[in-house]
Amino acid sequence: MRAERAEGGICSSRTMSTEALYQELILEHNRKPRNFGEIPNADRVVEGRNPLCGDEVRLSVKLDGDRIADVKFVSPPGKGCAISKASASLMTAAVKGKPAAEAEALFDSFHKLVRGELSEEEQRALGSLRAFAGVSKFPMRVKCASLAWHALHSALAGGAAEVTTDDRAHGPPTTEGA
Amino acid sequence: MITAREATGDQRGATGDSAALVKRSDFPLLAAFPELHYLDSAATTQKPRAVLDAMTQYYSHDNANPHRGAYALSARATERYHEARERIAQFVGVRDSARLIFTRGTTESINLVATAWGRPNVRAGDEIIVTGLEHHANFVPWQQLALATGATLRVCRITSDGRIDLDELRSMVGSRTTVIAFGHVSNALGTINPVSDIAAIARNVGAIVVVDGAQSAPHFALDIDSLDVDFFAFSGHKMLGPMGCGVLVGRRDLLETMQPYQSGGDMIEYVGDERTTWNVLPHKFEAGTPNVADAVGLAAACEYLSAIGMDVVRDHERQLMALASERLLAVPGVRIYGPPASERSGVVSFTVADIHPHDLATILDETGVCVRAGHHCAQPLMRRLDVPATARASFYVYNTESDIDALVAGVERARALFG
Repeated sequence: MRAERAEGGICSSRTMSTEALYQELILEHNRKPRNFGEIPNADRVVEGRNPLCGDEVRLSVKLDGDRIADVKFVSPPGKGCAISKASASLMTAAVKGKPAAEAEALFDSFHKLVRGELSEEEQRALGSLRAFAGVSKFPMRVKCASLAWHALHSALAGGAAEVTTDDRAHGPPTTEGA
Repeated sequence: MITAREATGDQRGATGDSAALVKRSDFPLLAAFPELHYLDSAATTQKPRAVLDAMTQYYSHDNANPHRGAYALSARATERYHEARERIAQFVGVRDSARLIFTRGTTESINLVATAWGRPNVRAGDEIIVTGLEHHANFVPWQQLALATGATLRVCRITSDGRIDLDELRSMVGSRTTVIAFGHVSNALGTINPVSDIAAIARNVGAIVVVDGAQSAPHFALDIDSLDVDFFAFSGHKMLGPMGCGVLVGRRDLLETMQPYQSGGDMIEYVGDERTTWNVLPHKFEAGTPNVADAVGLAAACEYLSAIGMDVVRDHERQLMALASERLLAVPGVRIYGPPASERSGVVSFTVADIHPHDLATILDETGVCVRAGHHCAQPLMRRLDVPATARASFYVYNTESDIDALVAGVERARALFG
């Protein structure tokens, strides 16, 4: 499983092309992100950061009881790769209007998706989020895809106003050696 | 020096490519992946068979704990370790090899200085100066020393093209300056810094000079004895040697008065119940069983580089870097950071329009082009340049023009995808 997921570059049996990663839907959301901005009177604002690669996302959430009434994100210029931006965009579209518990369940499925742990059928149930299935073949990019979801999770839990993806459980560490 | 395009291609890795500086087949990893374009040597280098063989030879014929056993095999291990130190000292221009201390790498070397020299010698109110170009390894240990002693860490400004601002440095130093620490060559931009000018500024105020040589020792002919510096650190793995073995060269009188960095076996002379006297240099700073095999490997790397000639190495990198800069700048949207190519080592740090460097690196990886993307362990520098991240291609002896072709083709593909 592990070895299979590590395949990506030319050093392996080139089973994955970057086209599988950069699906048209992902490229499109990277160019024109949805729900991009800040909610002025947000109930929760969380900064998500990937300290190793510099991705940043600032998520603001407006709640109506336990329902996500509105959710928006911004990433400072140059501080979001295509995967992290598209993921934030598609996430906001997917969870807006949903009960918090349902959003958490989606996060759980999304995590499994980017780690290559969902069956075809389970993937189909995710709708447009399925575009990120290719991430599972690029372990270095799992954290980019998960960043906004971590921020959302923290916002819904009402926990830390800053979260990082420096969590070794969600993919191999992406080191920043000299 | 640069391989002609026709000379590479499918025959690479076999016996051909006579126009290349070295044979690709000298490097088992590069031979195993003929389509790989490894452009991340500033992070770590690939290893020639000669280095791997030297280490295997040590373990299969000479291995014992050195400095201990009263038997021939241990004496042989001791001898291999001593020879390795001598060979490496010769390679970097250090006549007195006892002032060459083996460490795990540049990071440990600098921590050794910041702790064993810094703690007793730096006082509250003193000033430690580093520059805005530093790798975190030559930044964080000084920041921590300042926090521990009450000294002030000051960061010398860099110019917009990524050079240390010497006028600013001159205006910063004073009677309270105790240390000036800087990188010989910037890992992020490739800037080659003027060691003697900076050392002269430090000498004027009696500060010690600490040089992070991680990016210079692999690429230039060095004569550390002739550099007026107090400490010089470098890593073996960036110069064809194994990971986990680096060097600190120190001024003998400073090393002699310093207390050990770590204590334990091998670094002692006499251990009493209440106090202990220290072994002589260099052993005083090498507590525990030494890393003989890796030192032997690093010595073999020095041998390999010497056989090519460091001036030839530098020339080869300069040509590749100039070519890469020219070819990349011809691509719309490409921006290169740092001083002009003539003043850089074999590093090209660049961005492509608003494509995030991580996306670029993923696209390049698809065709086997390995580049570094990120902040290069130099976040203060990235803030100064006002860029969150760059992509960095770095060159070494095994690179050829075909690697640049692949790099530029990959950049074009990324533009097509994200444009």
